[in-house]
Amino acid sequence: MYEMLSRFAQTGGMIYFLLLFAGVLAYALWPRNQEKFDAAARMPLSDKEPNDD
Amino acid sequence: MANVIARGRGYTSTIMMVGALLGVFMILALLMAAGAKDTGMAVQAWTFIGLAGAFLVGMSLWAGQLLGRNPFDQSEYENAIVKWGVAASMFWGIAGLLVGVVIALQLTFPHFMYFPEWGFTNFGRLRPLHTSAVIFAFGGNVLLATSFYVVQRTCRARLAGGMWPWFVFWGYQIFIVLAATGYLLGITQSKEYAEPEWYVDWWLTLVWVAYLLVFLGTIWKRKEPHIYVANWFYLSFIVTIAMLHIVNNLSVPVSFTGSKSVQVFSGVQDAMTQWWYGHNAVGFFLTTGFLAIMYYFIPKRVNRPIYSYRLSIVHFWSLIFIYIWAGPHHLHYTALPQWAQTLGMTFSIMLWMPSWGGMINGVMTLSGAWDKLRTDPVVRMMVVSLAFYGMSTFEGPLMSVRAVNSLSHYTEWGIGHVHSGALGWVGYISFGALYCLVPWLWKKKALYSKSLVEWHFWVSTIGILFYMISMWFAGITEGLMWRAYNEFGFLEYSFVETVEAKHISYMIRALGGFLYFSGACLMAYNLVRTVLGHGEAESFDTIDPKYARPHQPALQPAE
Repeated sequence: MYEMLSRFAQTGGMIYFLLLFAGVLAYALWPRNQEKFDAAARMPLSDKEPNDD
Repeated sequence: MANVIARGRGYTSTIMMVGALLGVFMILALLMAAGAKDTGMAVQAWTFIGLAGAFLVGMSLWAGQLLGRNPFDQSEYENAIVKWGVAASMFWGIAGLLVGVVIALQLTFPHFMYFPEWGFTNFGRLRPLHTSAVIFAFGGNVLLATSFYVVQRTCRARLAGGMWPWFVFWGYQIFIVLAATGYLLGITQSKEYAEPEWYVDWWLTLVWVAYLLVFLGTIWKRKEPHIYVANWFYLSFIVTIAMLHIVNNLSVPVSFTGSKSVQVFSGVQDAMTQWWYGHNAVGFFLTTGFLAIMYYFIPKRVNRPIYSYRLSIVHFWSLIFIYIWAGPHHLHYTALPQWAQTLGMTFSIMLWMPSWGGMINGVMTLSGAWDKLRTDPVVRMMVVSLAFYGMSTFEGPLMSVRAVNSLSHYTEWGIGHVHSGALGWVGYISFGALYCLVPWLWKKKALYSKSLVEWHFWVSTIGILFYMISMWFAGITEGLMWRAYNEFGFLEYSFVETVEAKHISYMIRALGGFLYFSGACLMAYNLVRTVLGHGEAESFDTIDPKYARPHQPALQPAE
C-alpha cells in the first residue's frame, strides 16, 4: 500500500508537474499570444473607471 | 427606474450578514469570557467583545445615515477601504519597528525594560510582538490595501461583496490586536510566526476565507478579459496562506473556554510542518504578495509597460512551483531524513532562477525612463528594494547549502539575512507603494515634500547597511567560535564568551534599526501632511476643474 501510494505521489506527481509547467511555457511562448501580452503589459498604465470604455 | 428599486433593497443584505456574524461571535466570546479557565482567556474574550462591538456600532451608525443611498455604487471604485488600509499600514509599521528597536536594545543591554516581577515587556514576549507586527500587521495591511486597489483597477470593477471587504479589513485588525495583546499576556502556541492560539487562528481563518471570496468575486465580474499578472501573484498569496495557516495550526483546544491548545503533529513531523509553513510564509506572504506590488506600482509610477510579460508568466509559475519545497532547509542536521534536507536545499538553489528573473523584469521595466532613478526618490526606493531582493535571494540559496548552513544556522547571520529581505525588499517596495498611493487616493498633485522622501531613503538605507553588516560580522564570529576546539578536543569558548563577542555588533544593529525606524517616522509625517494638502501636495481640484471627477456618474442614455 505504502509502495503504491508513494510511487503514485512521486512519479505521478513529477510527471503531472512537468506537464503542467510545459503547458505554462507553451502558453507563455506561443507566438500568437504576443499581441495579447503586449496589451496586458500596459494594463497598469490605464486610468479607466469601472464604466469607461 | 429599475435601477432605483434595485438600489433600495440590494445593498443592505451584506451589511446585515456582517452584523449577524459579528453578533454570533460576540455571543460566543461572551460565553468564553463567562467560563474562562484562565485570566488570559478572559482578557482576550473581553478585548474581542469590545472591538467587535465597536465595529458593529460604528457600522450601524454609518448604515443608519445612508438614508437609502447605495454605498456600494458599482460605477465607482472602493477607495475608502484602501485609504484606511494605508493608514493602518503606517500605524502598525511604526509600532512594529519601534518594538524592534526596543528588543534590539534589550539584546544589547539586558536590563532595558526588564522587570522581574512583571513579565509583559520581557524579550520573549516582545520578540513575537515585533515579528508579527512588522510581518502580519504592517505587511498584511500593505497587501490588503494594495490588493484591493490593484484588483479593482486591473479588473475595472468595484470590489465584490458590498460590506464584506470591510469585514476583512476590520476583522484583520481585530486579529492583530488579539494576537499582540495575547503575546504580552504570555499566550502563545510556541510556533514561530504562528504564535497565536487556537481561537485567534479560527478567527483569522474566517477573515481570510472572506478575503479570498472578495478577491475572487472581483476577478469574477471583471471587465478586462485578461487577468493581469499582479492578480495572479495576489491570488497565490491568499490561497497559499490559507492552506499554510490551516495545516500548521491544526490543534485541539484543552478547553473551549481556555487559551491553551495541543498540537496535532509532534516530533519531526511537527518541525517539518512548522518550517513548511515558516518558509512559505516568506515565499507567499513576503514574496509573491510584494511581487504583485512590484508588477503594478513600478510600471504605473514610471509610466512604462512591463519589460516582458512573457517573463512575468514564467516567473510566476516557476516561483510558486519551486518555493513550496524549500522549507526543509531550516532543518539541516536534525532528525529530518537527509533526503528531505537535500530536497529542500536543491529547491532553494533552484529558486535563484525565478527570483532573479522577476527582479530583472522589474528593474528593466525602467527601460527608457532611467532618469527617474535620479529625479524620483520613490522610484529609486522601489528599484533599491529590487536590488535588496536580488541580494537576499542570492544569499538565501547560499545559506541553504548544508555545509554553509553548518556555519550560519542559529547565528546572527540568519537575522541579518532576514532583515536584508524584510527591511530592504518588503519595507522599501511597501514604502514605495504607500508613497504612490497617498497622492493618488487623496487626489493630490504630489507628496508634501520630495526632499523628505530623499531623507527617508538615505537614513533608512544607511540603517539597513549598519544592520546587515553588523549581523554578518556577529554571525560569522559566533559561528566560528562555536565550532572552535582546543588541542584536547574541548570547546575553545564557553557560550557566554560568544555572546560577549557580539556586544558591539548588537549596538551597531540597534543603531541601524533606530535609523530605519526614524526614516519611517519621516515618512508618516510626510504622508499626513500630504493628506492635509500642505506643501507641494496641492489638490487637483484647485488646480484645474477638469480633474475634479463628479461623484455622480453621468446619466446613461437609456435613463
